[in-house]
Amino acid sequence: MSTASEVKPEARYIDALGEGMALALEEDERVIVLGIDVGAGGGIFRVTKGLHERFGDERVIDAPISEMGYVGAAVGAAMTGLRPIVEIMFMDFVGVCMDPILNQAAKLRYMTAGALEIPVVFRMQTGAGRSAGAQHSQSLEAWFAHVPGLKVVLPATVADARDLMLDAVHDPNPVVFVENRRLYAMRGDAEAERLPLGKARVARPGDDVTVVTWGQMLRECLSAAEESEASLEVIDLRSLAPLDLDTVVESVRRSGRLLIVHEAVQDFGAGAEIAARVGDLLFDELRTPVRRLGAPAVPMPFSPDLERALLPTSKAISSAAEGLKAEG
Amino acid sequence: MSTNETAAGSASGTATEEFDLFATMALIRAFETRVSELYRDSEIPGFVHTSLGQEAVAAGVGSALADGDYVATTHRGHGHCLARGMDVEAMMAELFARGEGICHGKGGSMHIADPAKGVLGANAIVGASLPLGVGAALSSKLLGQGRVSAAFFGEGAVNQGAFHEAVNLAAIWDLPALLVCENNIYAEFSDSRRMTRVPGVADRAATYGIESETVDGNDVLAVNELALAAAARCREGAGPFLIEAETYRWHGHYEGDAQPYKPEHEATAWRERDPLVVSRTRLLGTGVAAEQLDEIENQASTRVEASIERARQLPPPELEEAYADVYGE
Ligand SMILES: Cc1ncc(C[n+]2csc(CCOP(=O)(O)OP(=O)(O)O)c2C)c(N)n1
Ligand SMILES: [Mg+2]
Repeated sequence: MSTASEVKPEARYIDALGEGMALALEEDERVIVLGIDVGAGGGIFRVTKGLHERFGDERVIDAPISEMGYVGAAVGAAMTGLRPIVEIMFMDFVGVCMDPILNQAAKLRYMTAGALEIPVVFRMQTGAGRSAGAQHSQSLEAWFAHVPGLKVVLPATVADARDLMLDAVHDPNPVVFVENRRLYAMRGDAEAERLPLGKARVARPGDDVTVVTWGQMLRECLSAAEESEASLEVIDLRSLAPLDLDTVVESVRRSGRLLIVHEAVQDFGAGAEIAARVGDLLFDELRTPVRRLGAPAVPMPFSPDLERALLPTSKAISSAAEGLKAEG
Repeated sequence: MSTNETAAGSASGTATEEFDLFATMALIRAFETRVSELYRDSEIPGFVHTSLGQEAVAAGVGSALADGDYVATTHRGHGHCLARGMDVEAMMAELFARGEGICHGKGGSMHIADPAKGVLGANAIVGASLPLGVGAALSSKLLGQGRVSAAFFGEGAVNQGAFHEAVNLAAIWDLPALLVCENNIYAEFSDSRRMTRVPGVADRAATYGIESETVDGNDVLAVNELALAAAARCREGAGPFLIEAETYRWHGHYEGDAQPYKPEHEATAWRERDPLVVSRTRLLGTGVAAEQLDEIENQASTRVEASIERARQLPPPELEEAYADVYGE
């Protein structure tokens, strides 16, 4: 059996994802990979490249364009012995196959009083910034975090791409696994410390402002921390459900200021939940109101200029953080 | 084009008719060829799916529709838009993400639309054109609009639930829906023949009780005749009709896809049945001069080139544009 160390330090995020799936396929023959062109074609983004050659037709399965069918089948298979990793491709396409995720996978363990276990991983690719237009750019993680019974993980580092994939496969619950396309080519330390699913990581320590983020925005927040006159403590949440509020609270207790940054539309986004919980727990300890930075409530336009103007940038993050520091 | 001309009435294509069809194909060919290059050179952002090799379907069906008829199309929709008379300059400006683009730079290639011309839009969700097109046919029927609604889709979309639900609705509601499948064999990297046991898309129509016909999608005259007849049926209230046009995608699924999954001989054989050459050969046979056809092609190139020059000079959208049109007043 190969080990995690097969991923070289300074590996790419995309290769770490593939390695995570390969390790899962290798260690447990109940694991299958399923989706449109994930097989011989190696995936539309090449994330599953090489898996079909290594594991064959029955483990790495090309599906027709039938998301309602094959995502539902993955859920049914997960109830009955397989451990599918099913790809939905662009997260936006989940619109055509929500039922198996929302009403089936998320609820059947509960409704059967635990008699059914549904270990399925729903891989989805998210992210704006490539002029892909309104139907190929959405970050919908809050939808899933709102549904009890689903876990939602969003790897933002190379090591997490592999490790969270393995954790998601090992998890007895349905896990929505959100990959950001803009991270695919990113290189990073594949041997970074492994944290369990559900535990946030302090990506950079700091004193003045706690910045909570996930996914692609981690990079922007880390750049902001480099550039900013304020000292930012950047927390990579890694998963929204479960939400590691302890790590956030511990940090905000010290800094007294919280900024939440996400690429998703800010209105009714996951940031609101975190803000509410922190406000609830730390009302007396906060020096300033909790602030959020996300995309405005508009569909993502095709124009690269407009798109750029709507997405949070490191500059906007650092000035928001500096603003918070100046406030109190 | 020929608004109320019924197919049954019109003799099989005269040279004049095919001449117009050839011109439409030449425009699509020129447009797509340049779009492919501009995308390669990073002048056009986002995702682009060209319809090179499939021009006869767009021209044949587009020309069979009348003013006001609806079109709902796919990610590979430039040809359908051009064949419905959408403005070349406004389309090119849109692909360049300019404020003066037909969608103000907010749609792009995958979402290009011109409702004023009946074009409800290209669509980035596979299968979405079918229910939308059927809905437009419902409007036509219930509001007495007398319009035909053409929904284009790829053969890859027929495994999507939306196809089945939409076809059934069109059938039970007896809608004036023209369901046009462009069967170019591939869906992304997959040979669609491996994704179903049903040999033809047209066969599926029968299971929903609607009529259908398969046509050589690289023969613009054949496509046009069938589409004219089918549209006439729709207009007479005879219910939906499904056309399966057999054709081939020359370029990759998206621009830049090297297509390792396609057998060489297959691609070559289809290239030899270039829809423009098929049409040109027939036109030459009817006595049309080669120079005349060359001239048509040159005019198409000039028109496309002018649209590119113009698009290059145009500014990007104003920032306010990003916030406009989310809701109506
Ligand atoms: C619901 C959905 N699933 C998957 C995709 C990704 N996708 C885009 S085009 C395409 C292939 C479509 O094939 P086909 O319908 O034959 O049209 P063609 O590309 O050949 O014109 C796929 C899988 C999508 N856009 N929407
Ligand atoms: Mg196809």
